[in-house]
Amino acid sequence: MYGVIKLLKLLLLPFVSATIVGGFLWLPPALNFRSPDLARIVVFHVPCSIVAMIASAVATWHAIRYLWKRSLIDDIKAQGSFTFALLLWVLTTVTGAVFARSQWGAYWSWDIKQAAILILLMIFAAYFALRAAMDDERKRATLGSVYILFALIAVPYLTLALPNSTNDTLHPKGTLTTKEGLDPRYAIVLWAGVVALTAVYAWAASLSGSIGALEFARRQRMGSIMAQSSTVTIVEKVH
Amino acid sequence: MKPNAGVQKSFGSDLKHGLHSAGLIFKKDLQVEFRTRYALGSVSLFSLTTVVAVSGALSSQNLHSDVKAALLWVVLLFAAMSGLARVFVREVESGTSDALKLYAPAASVYAGKLLFNLALVAAVELITVPLYLIVLPPQVIHPGLLIAVLALGGLGLSSAATFVAALIAQAKSGKSALFFTVAFPVLMPLLLVAVKSTVGAFDLVPTHESQAVSGMYVLACYSVVTTTAALLLFEYVWRD
Repeated sequence: MYGVIKLLKLLLLPFVSATIVGGFLWLPPALNFRSPDLARIVVFHVPCSIVAMIASAVATWHAIRYLWKRSLIDDIKAQGSFTFALLLWVLTTVTGAVFARSQWGAYWSWDIKQAAILILLMIFAAYFALRAAMDDERKRATLGSVYILFALIAVPYLTLALPNSTNDTLHPKGTLTTKEGLDPRYAIVLWAGVVALTAVYAWAASLSGSIGALEFARRQRMGSIMAQSSTVTIVEKVH
Repeated sequence: MKPNAGVQKSFGSDLKHGLHSAGLIFKKDLQVEFRTRYALGSVSLFSLTTVVAVSGALSSQNLHSDVKAALLWVVLLFAAMSGLARVFVREVESGTSDALKLYAPAASVYAGKLLFNLALVAAVELITVPLYLIVLPPQVIHPGLLIAVLALGGLGLSSAATFVAALIAQAKSGKSALFFTVAFPVLMPLLLVAVKSTVGAFDLVPTHESQAVSGMYVLACYSVVTTTAALLLFEYVWRD
């Protein structure tokens, strides 16, 4: 099992490189867009948003697990995935705005998906403000997990329901779900990008989880040493 | 022998007890409020000054109905937010939250506080909206539509804000700034839909009116979802 994972990690670098190189060099320019060369940005834009959804689903799962089992490791993992999701959503917004500049004429034009993602970014950022204001570790973990569960109800609404509720959008529709939506080569690179980015996210999340677990263990050790030494001084004082 | 063998409570009696405690908490908060009139005084003064400022600055302009709808909700939101966090912050600051934890089930505490905040939002709307309609009259007013938007929007506003107030009351310092930071993003979808629906109540464009009616469903869903989620999650916020 360990050998397989190691092999997969080694294969990840050529795989990610191949996706990026394929995106820039192998794909033909998409002629029905205003700047056909820049249209390749879609194979970076869409994977970012899909993997951000995966990362926030994982964060939700860890938040539920924290409230259920009360192990601080789960809170550390939830925070890691949540951070990753925010980063990917920022990247989605930026790549989208760059393409919007050439296609729709402005970086920002209050398309329904742009409005939705702006609200989403603010909801995500508030999580970190809430955490930063709590001084107690347990309280921070509990309220952080509760906030994730409360706020993430909005995610499927903002990413799936709201943009599909209206035809008044500048975003193309059905590019991923219908056959004639994309050149097959675009579909290959796009889904390869989703797989590659998911693997990168999984690796980064597991690393941040391990780092968090080590820090947690160290803090606990320090805590028990402190507790012992203070007991010793109290006992000495009594004597 | 099992510890609770003799106590067999039915769901019905639990619900009755919970509703009763929620009512008592609501009554207690009303009494505390009328002793000082802190929240009511600050929010009514706030809405009065904002409405005066807005109308004084814009009375010479011929404003579109969407601008008027947006301004109305901005005034309502800020006025309400200045008082909504008090319900939980007061309990924590005066050290009475532990006693409340002993006496009432968590869901009842949320329900009681929600009732109080609903009353507060209703008071804000009763003070602000008539004044606003006098100093900045829109072309037309559909009274039924406007009242429905204000009621559903106020319900969603108070249910989400009450829950966020419980979260931020646990913070060490800077509670009111944190309340705004956390509550605004959560309330943003509600606010956008409420403004769109209010536009339908302020002019005669038929598409705006149908948009307002479909906005009503969104507002109702928002209230139902936030209240349900808050009732389920409040236990964890309150007991820790």
